[in-house]
Parts: sequence; structure tokens; C-alpha cells
Amino acid sequence: MAGISAFGAYVPKYRLGAETDGWDSAGQRSVANFDEDSVSMAVAAGIDCLKGHDREEIDGLLFATTTPPYAEKQCASIISTALDLRRDIFTADITDVLRAGTTALKSALDSVAAGSAKHVLVLASDNRQGAPKGETERNSGDGAVAFIISDEGIIAEQAGSYTITENMMDTWRSAGDRFVRSWEDRFAVEEGLERIMGEAVSGFMEKEGVSVKDVSKLALYSTDARRHGQLARHLGFQPEQVQDPLFGRMGNTGAAFPLMLLAGALEEGSPDQLLLTVSYGDGSDVLGFRTTSNISEGQAGLGVSGYLDSGQVLDSYETYAKWRDVWLTDSSSKRPQAQSPSVTALWREGDQNIKFHGAVCNQCGYVQYPPQRVCVECQARDDSTPIRLSDKLGTVFTYSLDYLAGTVDTPLAVVVVDFEPGGRVLCMLTDRETSEVQIGLQVEMSFRKLRVVNGIHNYYWKAVPLRRAD
Amino acid sequence: MSGIKDRVAVIGMGCSKFGERWDSSSSDLLVEASYEAFEDAGIEGKDVQAAWLGTVASFRTGQPLAAALKLDYIPITRVENACATATDAFRNACYAVAAGIYDIVLAVGVEKLKDSGFSGLAVPEPAGADVNPPVPPPSQFALAATRYFHQYDIPYEEGKMTLAQIASKNHHNGTMSPKAHFQREVSAEQVANAPMVAWPLGLFDCCGVSDGAAAAIITTPEIAKTFRDDYILVKGIGLAVGAFGVLRNDWDFTHFPESVRASQAAYQEAGISDPRQEIDLAMVHDCFTITELIIYEDLGFSPRGRASEDVAAGTFSLEGELPVNTDGGLKCFGHPIGASGIRMIYEVYKQLQGKAGERQLKDPTLGLTHNLGGRPGSFTCSVALFGTRD
Repeated sequence: MAGISAFGAYVPKYRLGAETDGWDSAGQRSVANFDEDSVSMAVAAGIDCLKGHDREEIDGLLFATTTPPYAEKQCASIISTALDLRRDIFTADITDVLRAGTTALKSALDSVAAGSAKHVLVLASDNRQGAPKGETERNSGDGAVAFIISDEGIIAEQAGSYTITENMMDTWRSAGDRFVRSWEDRFAVEEGLERIMGEAVSGFMEKEGVSVKDVSKLALYSTDARRHGQLARHLGFQPEQVQDPLFGRMGNTGAAFPLMLLAGALEEGSPDQLLLTVSYGDGSDVLGFRTTSNISEGQAGLGVSGYLDSGQVLDSYETYAKWRDVWLTDSSSKRPQAQSPSVTALWREGDQNIKFHGAVCNQCGYVQYPPQRVCVECQARDDSTPIRLSDKLGTVFTYSLDYLAGTVDTPLAVVVVDFEPGGRVLCMLTDRETSEVQIGLQVEMSFRKLRVVNGIHNYYWKAVPLRRAD
Repeated sequence: MSGIKDRVAVIGMGCSKFGERWDSSSSDLLVEASYEAFEDAGIEGKDVQAAWLGTVASFRTGQPLAAALKLDYIPITRVENACATATDAFRNACYAVAAGIYDIVLAVGVEKLKDSGFSGLAVPEPAGADVNPPVPPPSQFALAATRYFHQYDIPYEEGKMTLAQIASKNHHNGTMSPKAHFQREVSAEQVANAPMVAWPLGLFDCCGVSDGAAAAIITTPEIAKTFRDDYILVKGIGLAVGAFGVLRNDWDFTHFPESVRASQAAYQEAGISDPRQEIDLAMVHDCFTITELIIYEDLGFSPRGRASEDVAAGTFSLEGELPVNTDGGLKCFGHPIGASGIRMIYEVYKQLQGKAGERQLKDPTLGLTHNLGGRPGSFTCSVALFGTRD
């Protein structure tokens, strides 16, 4: 039997909301910081999910998104490396459709059920961009979710699935399009969302021999709050059976959305509940899960609600527009153009840069980052053991706030971080308010995109103030 | 080990006008500084038997020096050692003379920074993974300032004012340096209230980014006597290279071990036991005000954590007990990286000869120069000492 053994999530810190100058919606939506994308958010969700789990046990990683940074080049391999998973695992990107999240989940369940893997990490993450001030931008959110699908330690076992595939041109982006396009609303809802999802849910019920009243929580995809309510009613569900779709708090997180709602249902779940997650996009996937008596043991991290409760509303739409590069600014510092990173160096330094490994000297125990051939303390040569620092807490030893460094995020906060087990790194501090930057600040590490040069998305770790639910 | 003390002499020096030298190429600046040095020493280019060219980014080899000065197929070595570049070119030239290989050599440093179209420092890095944070020099030293204030429990306003007094002092000295990039008074209040560049350092806490060149003619004391009476002698040179600071959790960011070690080496060579008492003037690497403050302590001029008391007392002003950066320092004279070390020697040379004009100190006999290249945690530091002839 296959099912969910653990889950986690990630919602970026920032929100557009009523207090955001220039944002004309009363509700909030989550927005990725300028240095976040679907890959970085997936890593964050993965870290949230893997807390307390042995990363060596993961046999596969599936990454679902409609916003992969690369058109050619696997993202799952970046994420797998950043999460410091084993090398002999299978990985895949599942993409191009909003249904990708449930497709990944189903594929993982199938491989575990078939016995080809024992533990598969499924990550769904999206930061879809709508044209400025349009419907899609207003109703979307950015976020990511993670599940470990296993054959043991299950908190919610698979309870059936049903899929419809139908070629449907209601929303799309072609290669080179920055913003989501869509066809006329009424057509898209009537012949798309309502009809197809309705068929999928009733198909599931028929196939699995269950009825609407058997369902405890419905984690249902939709484009916006109004349609979500209509759709749930149309399918015959009572309001208390419907998992809060988080419109007005987070927004539609694309391929991750129905899975984040499922995670929300699991966070609040009790034993022996039937949960349905329903996705949409060129058809619809319905996946059923029945919670077990272990349901309270699936979450060790902040999860959807923890991350949602530790947000910060942006003062100005202009800030968001600069982050998304739809508000072009002149760089006052006239900084020289960045040159392409050396791919060879990126490859060679993968352990220190992407896995964020430091080293512990086997002779004297001194922890140092990056790893050194010759120990900085005792000069022992080539005699150290890697230590993963990406999941270690740290404290700010000193900092500066640079107003001319030429970043989108002025001032650039540069910090020296001392890690709890030892080791020190000089890095950037992101997701920070200028006023909170101080010596002694507690931080954790977050995988972020530094820049894109020569088509290379260069990721590295930054410090962030510890996220805590308020 | 016999050391360098009294084994080489400087018989001629030159220094170009520092600043935004839109009109001059790197080669033009080399000609300007070198010919002043030739004329000062009373030699010609053909008398130079070997040369060392210091530059961080303006040239890749020594060849452009031969091209600019039409030197006669002599050996030329290009030296690059970050902000200690010029002093290291000078150091290598000294060692070649002390070894008896050459009689008369030229050490010259040059940098052309203002062709980049960028107001800050634009020195390209070699290709790499490019994941290190884009930490421009002001931020690097701001890390030290933040920690210094914290460690010694100095309130922000008070710390800013101490740093401002250092900048204001150097600006005052710069008004008496005709070749300096900046030659106007700036009050401590102006410094403290300037726009923030990298908290807690503001615009006037940062040195100038300049074009310039400086040159020295080096020979043996015996030969020096045949050229002039007021040659100066090299008393000691220390060079310390560190790269371990940020790898260590126990490094405090408030002292720079490279400065400590390089100065100790130079003091030992020169036989100095009480630097504050024995040294008459010091040209130190004030790339930022906080750097000069920490240098006071690293070089043994002030006790740890108490340099601000000496700043308040005016110890390092032109009239003080130990004048520092009498020509305006990097702050006002400017900082063409590969030239700065020899520019500092130029000031010490002129002061020891009594030819420093309006800013002339009363009968100095021992001067120090200090360069700090790199960043806190991994510096290349040079310290050199110069004395009048016996």
C-alpha cells in the first residue's frame, strides 16, 4: 500500500494586500521575493518536509511546475542536489500543465505501489505571472508543497484515483510568453473548469464506490474565490466539506495549488477521513486519500498554515513590480555587466555551493566553510568529513547594509553567520526588514537565485531571519 | 637573515597628479611619474638597469612600461598584490639591489580606474562559480565597523563621529597637497551626515577612486651618496598575507592580523620597540575611515579598543604626537590601487627631506607606510619604514 508519510510546504514571506499602495484588491496573495523561483521554493518546501527524516532514504524526486526556469535542463536534479539527496535516485520534471502537481503525486504513488521505490519525494511549486494588474495576477499566489510518498509510516493512504484528459485551450503560455493568456471567461468556466472537473469527480465516485457525503475534505483547484465556491456547490459539497482555498490569503499557486490545499487538509486532519484533491488543466486528476491513526505525525515543519502566518505585506506594488521585472529601473551605480559564471567551476563546487557542505576536520574537529584541503586550525591535509550546513541554524556575527551594491533589494544586507555546530559564512541576508538586521539575529539558510547570466540560473544559499508563525 | 635595514636608498621619486585624469592614459601617467623621479634623482631612463611595474588591472605585463619610457631591453616585472601592489613592486626592487644584482632600479605603480564608466571600484574577477555575494569594498569594511561598535559598546552616533573626525583630518591635510585628488575641507558633521553607502559607512567614510602613478629610483647607500645628500634609507619592510579570517569562528573582525604581523616584521627589521614614540609620521591605508581606526591599534599606535580616545585627542593630526596621512591619505590624495603604496613612500620621502611644503612636519626622521589589500579576513598587508641618512 502506498500513501503519504510526510508533508511540508513553503509560502514566500511577502504578500500583496490591502495595505499595499497601488494594489487594488482587498485580499492578500503571496509573492515570491526577487530571488525566488519555482526551484528555490521547491527546495524550501522540501526542507520543511524532510525535517526529522533521513534524506538517504529518498529513492526518487518528482518536481511539478508550470514555471521551470529552464526549457532544457532538468530542475529536479538541481533540487535533489540542494536537498542533498542520494545520487542513485530517479528524478523527473513534470511540467507544462496546471495538472502537473497531481500527475507527479500519482506517478509517485504508482511507483511505490509497484514496489520500484520505497520513498519518493514529490515537490510542486509555481510562480506564474499574470500581466500587471490583471485577473491572473490578482488571483494567483506563489508557493510550493512537498510530500513523501512511502510504503510505510503512512499518515494518509491512497484511496483511489481518476483522470480525464481533454485537450483544452482555456489558459496557455507559449514559449517566450511572460504572462498567462486565457480565452473568454464564460467559455473557460462552463466548458472547462465546471464541466471537466465535474465529470472527473463523479467519475472518481463511481469508480471508487463513494459518494459526496463520504468525503471529509475536498482540496479543489479553482481560478478564484467566487468560482471555487460555485464549483464546490455545483459538485454537491457542503461548505464544511470544502478545504479553505486560501483565496484572499495566498492565491492560486498553479500546479502546487490543489496539493497545498491537500497539505492544509492534512494539517487539520484526524484519523479515518477521506480527502480528495482535484486538479485541473487539459483534463482533471482526482486523487483520494484516507487518513490513518498516524495523521498527527506527518508534519515536522511550518507547513502551509505556519508559513501563511509568518508573512509580511509589501508597502508598495512598485516593489513587487521591480521584483518581477515589469518595472524597469535605471541602475544608478552603473555597475559593470555580470559575466557568465564558469559552468566548470559550478560543477566542481557543487558540494559546497549547492549542497552547502562545509567540512569537519577529522583531526581537530574544526568546522569550516567552504571545505578546505588543508585545515585552517591544525593544517591536517585532505582529512575531513562533509557537514551539511543548509539545515543548521545560525547567528549574525556582523553585518553591513549596502546602498550601492546594485541589487533590486536595496540595501543589500551582507551578514557573517556563525552556525550552531561551528563554521562561518559571509553571505546575503534576504527576506529581511532593514530594521531587524542586527548582531545576534537568528537565521536559517534558504536556497535562492543569485542572477541569470548567459541563460544560467545561478543558485546559492542566503540567510533569512528565522520564519516563525506569529 | 640580515634584513633590508640600511641596505638600499631612495634617490629620486615622482608622483603624478592624482584624480580623474580623463586626459591621460595609463602610459601617460607612467611617463609623468617616472620622469619626475628621473629628474629628481638626476638620472635618465637609460640608467635604469631593471624595473618593477605595479598595477592591479591597468596592464597585464611589464612590457607597457618599456613601451612608455623606451627602456633599453632591461628586465621588467609586473607585480600585482592587491592594494599592496606598489609597495610590493618597491620591495622586490629593493631586494634586487640589496642582493647586489643591480645598482639602479625603478619601481613604479600605476592605475587607471576612471575609464570604467562606473563610480565605484570596477576590477574584473577571474571566471568562477560566481556565487559569492556581490560585496563591494565599502560593505566589506562596514562589517568591521559594525562589529567594532558592538564589541566596544560604542553608540552609533559616537562611533560615526570618531570616524568622521578621521575623514575630516585627512581632508584638512589634503588641502595642502597640490597633487591630491580632493583638496577641500570637509567638517566632521558633513562626514557624519553624508549619504549612506554601506551602513554604517557614508560617502565621506570612503576613499577616492582615482587615476595616478608614482615612481621611485632605488640604489645602494654607497651609490646614493654620489647623487645627493638627502637620500632616504629603507629601514624595514614587512609583508603578511592572510586568508583565514572568515574561515574561523573566533576571528573578531575588529583587528586585522595581517597588519599586526607585517608591522611586527618591519619593526623587528628596523629595530623599533615603541612605534608610537619612535615613528614620526605614518601613511596608512585609509580606504575607509574604520580601516584607519583599526590600523591605529594594529600598528601599535593605540591600545586595543581605545583608538577613538587618540582620535579625540588629535594624536594623529598634523600637529599631533604622531601625524597620520599628512598628504590627505587615500581619502583625499586618492587611491589608484597599483600606485598608492609608492605615493605613500613619496610623501614620507618628501617629509624626511623637508620638502613637503605647507604640510611639512618639524624634522621627522622615521616614517612608515602601510597598505592593506583584499578584504577583512584575507588581506595582503605591507608595512615599510624609511629613515633619513645617518
